[in-house]
Amino acid sequence: MSYLTTTTICPILAATGASWGSFALWSVLKIICVVGVLLFFVAYSVLAERKISAFIQDRVGPNRVALPLIGSIPVLGPFLTRLGFWQPMVDGLKSFLKEDFTPAHVRKVYFWLAPAITMIPAFLTVAVIPFGSTLGKQRMVIADLDVGILYTFGIVSLGVYGIVLAGYAANSKYPFLGGIRSSAQMISYEISMGMSVIPVFMLVGNLNLSSVITYQSQHLYQWLVFKQPLAFVIFLVAAFAETNRLPFDMPECETELVGGYNTEYSSMKFALFFMGEYANMIASSAMMVTLFFGGWTLPWFGLDQPASTVPGGFLHIGIFIFKMLGFMVFFIWVRWMFPRFRYDQLMNLGWQRFLPLALANIVVTAIWLWLFERH
Amino acid sequence: MIVKRDKLSFWERLYLPAVIGGFKVTLRHFFSKKVTMQYPEEKWVVPPGYRGAPYLVKDQEDRTKCVSCQLCEFICPPKAIRITPPGPGGSPEAGNVEKAPKEFEINMLRCIFCGFCQEVCPEEAIFLMKDYSLVGTTREEMIYNKEKLLALGGIHQDKIQKWKHKAEEAKEQGVPL
Repeated sequence: MSYLTTTTICPILAATGASWGSFALWSVLKIICVVGVLLFFVAYSVLAERKISAFIQDRVGPNRVALPLIGSIPVLGPFLTRLGFWQPMVDGLKSFLKEDFTPAHVRKVYFWLAPAITMIPAFLTVAVIPFGSTLGKQRMVIADLDVGILYTFGIVSLGVYGIVLAGYAANSKYPFLGGIRSSAQMISYEISMGMSVIPVFMLVGNLNLSSVITYQSQHLYQWLVFKQPLAFVIFLVAAFAETNRLPFDMPECETELVGGYNTEYSSMKFALFFMGEYANMIASSAMMVTLFFGGWTLPWFGLDQPASTVPGGFLHIGIFIFKMLGFMVFFIWVRWMFPRFRYDQLMNLGWQRFLPLALANIVVTAIWLWLFERH
Repeated sequence: MIVKRDKLSFWERLYLPAVIGGFKVTLRHFFSKKVTMQYPEEKWVVPPGYRGAPYLVKDQEDRTKCVSCQLCEFICPPKAIRITPPGPGGSPEAGNVEKAPKEFEINMLRCIFCGFCQEVCPEEAIFLMKDYSLVGTTREEMIYNKEKLLALGGIHQDKIQKWKHKAEEAKEQGVPL
């Protein structure tokens, strides 16, 4: 492979001076690691959801599953059992072993396709998120795209298809209502979401997520949550709506729609929807950390610069994951703080409150930049 | 009926009071004492007068109190009880009890725990006890026979001790037991 083709096809590659072979190898390695870690967190955020929900409702949550050998270690074994540490494993096994029932009246092709289409975009969004600085020579981002955020919004908007398709394919009234609701809801909130982050990129001056982090790295007040609080609030609420979390879980809405779009699903297909929801939550948490909370950086102890050592690299990944988990807990906690919004309230909030606010925020930020940061 | 709703103030419409209130409530419950009972290990203490499974009892002298009058069998609404009386000869192991049953079966799958058997029993031989969780792997296993019912029922601290007095009377009159 000549140098010329390398630079034309992949400028990033040329910048790092790596060969195609090592680039492909490292990328595959990173993809495997990130997807593995993501699946791990999906499984354990389900556990966290169950545990935190239980505690808020004065219950204790799953505390029974014990492994034969580890369960007999004096203090640690019972502790892990009480924590429900092995529960995700058993839950997964249960999903695999349950009967995968396909009702006779469904549209088979779409019925099979929908869970996958819900699951995949959630995983794809993680590709552009810088989850750490450097580890050795490798930058800890799968694809450092210059159109980072646009790619994310493009992929996120695909997520709605899975749910709509599930609602359509199930061919019965509750899933259908759920599908319709989710299409309207997700499209509405995607607009507010997209509008809310525009001021962020006006400040940063770049769509690349790594440069967003670089912009925020110097001081705590550089974090965009302090510079653009309104944008953050709108993005946060829109993220709840996009991931179908309470108080905006209109597409599922157990009390009204039985289970919404996943009413007719069972076994692993249902588990895919479930995992998709949690993967979406993780992806949007990661996105919020990156956009508003300084990503893998902390403004103290020199943690704002890319790591030069391997432990430093791991520390940065740890900081990122820690911030992300904070948001996950927030996601779970909020579920018990609010009742579900009524559908017209949801639409009002999206179109009549957030969209104008987001647009105003763009104008205000533009004026601010024009007045004070004109060079 | 028309419910008059007050207009929310701007502060209330910001959702912030609701956020703070919700957070306070959830936080309080998160750290409060949990109410879950770890069932198979700890069990619910049933209140007195609870109607659990009906069992047969013995008196202090280890006699079966039941005399096979079959009133419980007749009163039982779901027909869960089946009694086989000893017949004209009586049973040799019954002691001085008139007609101790040869077999006494309660089908716990049929039983509705109404307590009629206990109410109707003239000998105070059957009681609804505190067992509320009866488990078995087959239907046959859930038909409790006399031995099982007596073993589960245990000894009833009988104040009257009818059969003890009968035995004493018989001894006084020189009737062979």
